Amino acid sequence: MPTNASAAAHALTDVTASDSTLRRFLHGLPGVDAVGLEGRAASLGTRSIKTTAKAYAIDLAISMVDLTTLEGADTPGKVRALGAKAVHPDPTDRTTPATAAVCVYPDMVATAKEAVAGSGVKVASVATAFPAGRAALGVKLADVRDAVSAGADEVDMVIDRGAFLAGNYMKVYDEIVAVKEACGTSARLKVIFETGELSTYDNIRRASWLGMLAGADFIKTSTGKVAVNATPANTLLMLEAVRDFRAQTGIQVGVKPAGGIRTTKDAIKFLVLVNETAGEDWLDNHWFRFGASSLLNDLLMQRQKLATGRYSGPDYVTVD
Amino acid sequence: MSEKTEKTERFDRLSVFKTYKLYVGGKFPRSESGRVYEVTDSKGNWLANAPLSSRKDARDAVVAARKAFGGWSGATAYNRGQILYRIAEMLEGRREQYVREVADAEGLSKSKAAAQVDAAIDRWVWYAGWTDKIAQVVGGGNPVAGPYFNLSSPEPTGVVAVVAPQDSSFLGLISVVAPVIATGNTAIVVASEKSPLPALSLGEVLATSDLPGGVVNVLSGRTAEIATPLAAHQDVNAIDLAGADEVLAKELEIAAADNLKRVLRPQPVDDWAATPGIDRMTAFLETKTVWHPTGSLGASGSSY
Repeated sequence: MPTNASAAAHALTDVTASDSTLRRFLHGLPGVDAVGLEGRAASLGTRSIKTTAKAYAIDLAISMVDLTTLEGADTPGKVRALGAKAVHPDPTDRTTPATAAVCVYPDMVATAKEAVAGSGVKVASVATAFPAGRAALGVKLADVRDAVSAGADEVDMVIDRGAFLAGNYMKVYDEIVAVKEACGTSARLKVIFETGELSTYDNIRRASWLGMLAGADFIKTSTGKVAVNATPANTLLMLEAVRDFRAQTGIQVGVKPAGGIRTTKDAIKFLVLVNETAGEDWLDNHWFRFGASSLLNDLLMQRQKLATGRYSGPDYVTVD
Repeated sequence: MSEKTEKTERFDRLSVFKTYKLYVGGKFPRSESGRVYEVTDSKGNWLANAPLSSRKDARDAVVAARKAFGGWSGATAYNRGQILYRIAEMLEGRREQYVREVADAEGLSKSKAAAQVDAAIDRWVWYAGWTDKIAQVVGGGNPVAGPYFNLSSPEPTGVVAVVAPQDSSFLGLISVVAPVIATGNTAIVVASEKSPLPALSLGEVLATSDLPGGVVNVLSGRTAEIATPLAAHQDVNAIDLAGADEVLAKELEIAAADNLKRVLRPQPVDDWAATPGIDRMTAFLETKTVWHPTGSLGASGSSY
């Protein structure tokens, strides 16, 4: 297997040799059966997860949350509050696990870093002219360097959807490679495809492979700024891509659905998808994340319900 | 020949049974559990199947009621009055249906059932009038020793769980629901266990009366099974125990103490048709008192 994997990895390096080889490879990926994909995602969503399994899933989901605030109105105070919440999501119950990370704009990284210092919670920063990604490469790279030098542990970049949709795959590839380089060894790179703007499942599969070939540590569905964000179907598709990529190259890549996941029930459905598609290796916050803000409160209310037997309410979790 | 036609006409028509459903968040869902139970008339004859709600239906109803609270409590008292009056109008249009349902449920003659329904409709009208008057009765300006205004105004408590009376399936129901929503609360109503059909039909009227979805949510099923999670629910602010028996009322009151819910204990009611007074409205009101920071007005019309 290792020799096969390295041989395959070697074959994949040829793929990115030129624009035409890359295009040939991406267009040679098998087409997506949309009905089958959505049907599979829906059927996995019907699993019943109860009692101890539910308690495990809730704690796992809390530990996977990238607690996010990406508003024009973000203040240092709000970012500090978010940091405090990430470290102790439920101040009334210190057995609650911390979230994986807080996700902010680059200029808030230093504030966030200070707020979560010493807790193990990571600081993720969006960069590369988030959310549109419409800026020159130099500007995008400066954005990334800013975030990294301020101490970001993770960088969430957006791909150039315009170039991707125009078929200019090499440009997208080169950008991801350049951003990866700017991240250096200190920051993990998450690549956002904005699946809602890619129009087809085939494009999502191509983008996933393109991102992974270019060295993404994580592939992420969306920015949360468009109408269609993470859906079970597009996340399932990306999970299949990381599974196949590891089988071929031996390299494990993480997945982060973001936007639109608001309830515990939804989050558990995604965890079922992960377990059934990519496998247990991904059931860890090093390899799977939820980009969300309101999800955490629902997880906490469900956690309180399991602990006390009473339904909880929004008065008993923090407002953010 | 004519006789034959008549016969086929008589047998051609299949009976159309009504599927009674819950009313939650302005929609008519079945119970999440998929369960139903048989509802019979006073003589034990089958009338219909009603949904047998589970605690998850109760939870969903609380979410709907909480969501509706901001809009309903923020609506002007005048507007709430108009909507309540509209409900009375819609009830009047369905009078025959309710007379039939009440007669079946409570084993009353048609004329006695009609009297109950009329009294219930009049009760809506009565509470519709109170929406913009209760503030004058239980609130007002307080005389204080300083050049300030000091005002007390009644504010709705929030989400109220209402355990509807078991015996009076329509008049009793309306006598406990109308005062709760008249003052701006939102309600989750646990219908009479034995005779829930008038309550479930009320949902159909509420849905067509400009009442925002979620202001009233109607659940049918085992009273104890639905009321227990509601009494313990941290996002319910008050509970009216009108339809709970002594043992259940005690249990619910203990569960309700956990988040300091307002509790209206069951009180014996001999005649639901009697004028109710304002106690049921004030039970779910809280008094907010504010000091107006402006002193007495000078000649210019301003003290600044």
